[in-house]
Amino acid sequence: MKHLLGTDGLDRDTALAVLDTSDGLKRTLLGREVRKLPTLRGRTVITMFYENSTRTRVSFEIAGKWMSADVVNVSAGGSSVGKGESLRDTALTLAAAGADCVIVRHPASGAAHRLAGWLAEAGTSVVNAGDGTHEHPTQALLDAATLRDRLGDVEGRRIGVVGDVLHSRVARSNVHLLTTLGAEVVLVAPPTLLPTGVADWSVGDAGSLVVSHELDPELPTLDAVMVLRVQAERMHGGFFPSAREYAIAYGLSENRLRLLPEHAPVLHPGPMLRGMEISAAVADSPRAAITQQVTNGVHVRMAVLYHLLAGEEDGS
Amino acid sequence: MTTLLIRGATPYGEGGPVDVLVRDGVIREIADRVDADAGTEVLDAGGLVALPGFVDLHTHLREPGREDTETIETGSRAAALGGYTAVFAMANTDPVADNAVVVEHVWRRGREVGLVDVHPVGAVTVGLKGERLAELGTMARSAAGVRIFSDDGLCVADPLIMRRALEYTKALDAVIAQHAEEPRLTVGAQAHEGEQAARLGLAGWPAVAEESIVARDCLLARHVGARLHVCHVSTEGTAEVLRWAKGRGTRVSAEVTPHHLLLDDSRLSTYDPVNKVNPPLRTATDAAALRAALADGTVDCVATDHAPHASQDKDCEWSAARPGMLGLQTALPIVVQTMVNPGLLDWRGVARVMSERPAEIAGLPDQGRPIAVGEPATLTLVDPAGRWTVRGADLASVAANTPYEGMELPGAVVATVLRGALTARDGKAAK
Repeated sequence: MKHLLGTDGLDRDTALAVLDTSDGLKRTLLGREVRKLPTLRGRTVITMFYENSTRTRVSFEIAGKWMSADVVNVSAGGSSVGKGESLRDTALTLAAAGADCVIVRHPASGAAHRLAGWLAEAGTSVVNAGDGTHEHPTQALLDAATLRDRLGDVEGRRIGVVGDVLHSRVARSNVHLLTTLGAEVVLVAPPTLLPTGVADWSVGDAGSLVVSHELDPELPTLDAVMVLRVQAERMHGGFFPSAREYAIAYGLSENRLRLLPEHAPVLHPGPMLRGMEISAAVADSPRAAITQQVTNGVHVRMAVLYHLLAGEEDGS
Repeated sequence: MTTLLIRGATPYGEGGPVDVLVRDGVIREIADRVDADAGTEVLDAGGLVALPGFVDLHTHLREPGREDTETIETGSRAAALGGYTAVFAMANTDPVADNAVVVEHVWRRGREVGLVDVHPVGAVTVGLKGERLAELGTMARSAAGVRIFSDDGLCVADPLIMRRALEYTKALDAVIAQHAEEPRLTVGAQAHEGEQAARLGLAGWPAVAEESIVARDCLLARHVGARLHVCHVSTEGTAEVLRWAKGRGTRVSAEVTPHHLLLDDSRLSTYDPVNKVNPPLRTATDAAALRAALADGTVDCVATDHAPHASQDKDCEWSAARPGMLGLQTALPIVVQTMVNPGLLDWRGVARVMSERPAEIAGLPDQGRPIAVGEPATLTLVDPAGRWTVRGADLASVAANTPYEGMELPGAVVATVLRGALTARDGKAAK
């Protein structure tokens, strides 16, 4: 694996290898006082965040540090980025400075793909930490890791993804990864928050994708439900009439939770809007896997860095 | 003026080769064999098809304002090399061509360069803001003699302003060329609204944003008895609307760009903004419908929407990139590839869509004329068997980025003649 730009096109074997490595790292580190492995010593990892995201940036930073990589954080506010330097120039500068891997979060869909193109000559690996409304592959991988923890396996499971699918990179990455891993994904949203033609998307061969506008009939059939954040600007963008109506139709309340089978966990990529897409009681219930997702996030990102930067040794 | 003898060309690709004698800018003789006097310049045109010089209703020459991407001089060179003898320079320059001073400047610079007739398009509204009419009459009566008005790049979205513009230009023997894009339906739009853009997370530019404006404007044009020209038709639905409007006698004409004939949104997956254009690349089904509409006359002509951009505005992330692509030098080859080779158009048809119809729409009396004795010698000579590989750096424009980079295309413009003067020959502009 040279880059991780998305889960669309990521093959099943590679995905499973990353998830297995993640599990292995988790077991290795379990109960250790010093949680540091020497694997990536001498490697330089740079995070470039053009959008605020404490949780993802910190997760990558911890992942790199636990692997003994030198991690440098560049944020759009305090660098040349604020002076109008192009993404291309910034990327080339960081590569020339010796980055082995660039982790990028950017508001433009496709930004990570463009970076990978510009950095091809330098040989720098690129990890997409979220590009616009396109993909967020490590989020999908950590969600899959969490589903494996809770359900044993993803294959053959029916996973609901509820909310603003249209603007969600998390949803896109999960659709591709979970279907590749053999799940049936059910997208639940009002028609205004679904991407064009999504019901006809070609997805992972092993799984399938269906679309629904009603949450209640789906809940009893699900093995897990993933609740997406509804961003404030969507509420004022006319995608649905009011926050109240949205919460009534799609919010995961305590009553709705009762419709979900006992074994089915609730996932949320965070940050949560309590009272909107998820009630406080559900968010804090043992059914919610939200902190487990965050913990798995570190291990999955360690695994991704391992496969990108130490993968050659792995193969030889 | 010198005498030019074009030897062995086949007019419209019909019948046998003939010699065409040109003196003082006019075709004097067409015969199987014309002898050359001493001092006559002879152009060996064996195997070439002779067509009336091409007319482009839609070109962005970027001067004044963005001379780092194109100038009237470099754009004229690209036009001559592409077989064009007249081009219409869009009004969205900086300053905007919304007054007689700017349109006369563009017109004069075009004359000074002298490679192609450069006709400025005047803005419909002041500053392209869509709020109040620019001084259309003053521009029409200026030395530039503006006959096409357009806010291209932006839509004249306000139905009342559009109605008044259509109505007012009736007195000027001019036409409004509409960039059909309902702005409320394309807020933040990045690519054709379809499965491809949805997967890629690019905000959609729906076909209906074009089709609804074209339908509205056809109704308005009919209501006030005015002429309307529709820029860069990009969807199957627009072709259907045009077919309906023409069927009930609306005076509407329309153009399609070479890129909408050839390319589609399957190219988006690389996120390379060389493919970003407005209106966006549509589906392969749309492209096929546009080729059929051009063949049957529903869409009248080909216009390039030649839109050069600096590399920093293209070699960047998709949403930061500017829309538009080079078009003048690749137009004819793309028409050959998409229309002639599949049998949708013969060379007579190429003459119609590249020269005669655009000249009629613009009201140019001396362009798009028949290849006949007494007519102006404004001609394009095409090698139908020619093939060439596009290299952006080799194109005459200042900007060098193109979606056709490395693509091999059929059909080559060998020479361009403007009123008896060679403006381009064998890949070199006359100046």
